[in-house]
Amino acid sequence: MEALIALEVFAAGTMATLILGLLSKWVDRKVTARVQYRRGPPLLQPLYDVLKLLGKETMVPAAARGTGFLLAPLAGFAAVALGGSILWYSILVPGGAFVGDLIVVVYLLTIPSLAVIVGGMSSGNLYGAIGASREMKLMVSYELPLIVALVTVLVGAKVGSLRLGDLLAYQRAAGPTALRVSGAVALVVAVLCVQAKLGLVPFDIPEAETEIMGGPLVEYSGAPLALFYLMRAMLLAVLPLLLIVVFLGGVAAQWPGVLWGAAKYLALMVVIILVRNTNARLRIDHAVRFYWWILTPTALVALALAFVGL
Amino acid sequence: MSWRIWALTKSPWVYHVNVGACNNCDIEVLELLTPRFDVERFGIVLVGSPRHADALLVSGICTRQAAPRLQELYRQTPAPRVVFCIGSCACSRGIFHDAYHVAEAGPVDAVIRAVDPAATIVYVPGCPPKPEAMILGIVKALAALKGGTPAERAA
Repeated sequence: MEALIALEVFAAGTMATLILGLLSKWVDRKVTARVQYRRGPPLLQPLYDVLKLLGKETMVPAAARGTGFLLAPLAGFAAVALGGSILWYSILVPGGAFVGDLIVVVYLLTIPSLAVIVGGMSSGNLYGAIGASREMKLMVSYELPLIVALVTVLVGAKVGSLRLGDLLAYQRAAGPTALRVSGAVALVVAVLCVQAKLGLVPFDIPEAETEIMGGPLVEYSGAPLALFYLMRAMLLAVLPLLLIVVFLGGVAAQWPGVLWGAAKYLALMVVIILVRNTNARLRIDHAVRFYWWILTPTALVALALAFVGL
Repeated sequence: MSWRIWALTKSPWVYHVNVGACNNCDIEVLELLTPRFDVERFGIVLVGSPRHADALLVSGICTRQAAPRLQELYRQTPAPRVVFCIGSCACSRGIFHDAYHVAEAGPVDAVIRAVDPAATIVYVPGCPPKPEAMILGIVKALAALKGGTPAERAA
């Protein structure tokens, strides 16, 4: 019985994440178009893209390692779907999910980057290998500040629990954690880390269409590429949602409150998209230096502030 | 019309191939992709790898050295796929008609047909064609595709 409920939650959560992800992808492309004084693609464009990719021939290069090449997108997709489901569950069911679900979500959301690395390495393409190595360096850079930022919130809020539901309940009583000094600093750090996690400019160094032709994805076509596309779209939904749950008080599940939640989500999305549209791509060593010598100390300062009680 | 083709007409991703053009067509192709013409309205996106592409925008006369590479690129593009011959050179070789360095198989369409006799090929003449002409060519090609590819019509 419990397994059945878990399966239903997973299916519903995946669908919700999928729909929200494709919508976010459209918002991303539309806002980008408006920034450039264009009209941009129609609402269903991401759906058309996915359908088209699913209908295309799937090619596995002769030099590729077939198993890893085809399993990597599946693993990435499944991890984001599961992470998204846990997030939705803790938002919709007060006190839901399980102890330590924050840790599980954070770990699940690193799997997409690992999937990209495995896919790029097993594609047998030089550009794929370069992209995978850059993705690895980027991961080593942004994971530490992101986790320190999340820990800052836990320390500052004194929730005494790693359950997302408890964090939400605390914020409902005491206001969003981003209103504290330490929380606000941590939010800025986390948004910049999410930018890299999403693979958006200025941190799209692993993909870099103009220099390494899509990096790890260079050899992908058809259904596996569609899975990567969906994985990226779902990350675009899940990561801002995680930030909202941890920093901005979550999304209320009743009628007028849900609009406020949607406004928070859209505002966060627009910030991410505007950063993407007003910056140029960094070099990988610049990005590593930025995360290690600017963002990590900032996150540590926020952590110290949280310990002091600010 | 199969749903694959329908989805293809809704989101054609293009890859840009130069097989011996004077760069004038290439400049016009790049202009086509600028915000001014906003081809993303039709779902057209420039991609960096032929594996991601649905349409090859080919410019140039197809020189002897470029011909096998063009054929390889065509094979690397997953089906269903469309080839656009951009400019007079790609359509008919233009002023280089009897030059010494052109591919023996013929202009771009002949080189492609040597690999896939049933290939869908679209011609956009002009020296170079204006971006408006290319948009017209793409729109007409998509309309024709909705009636089925030549291979499907023959079957």
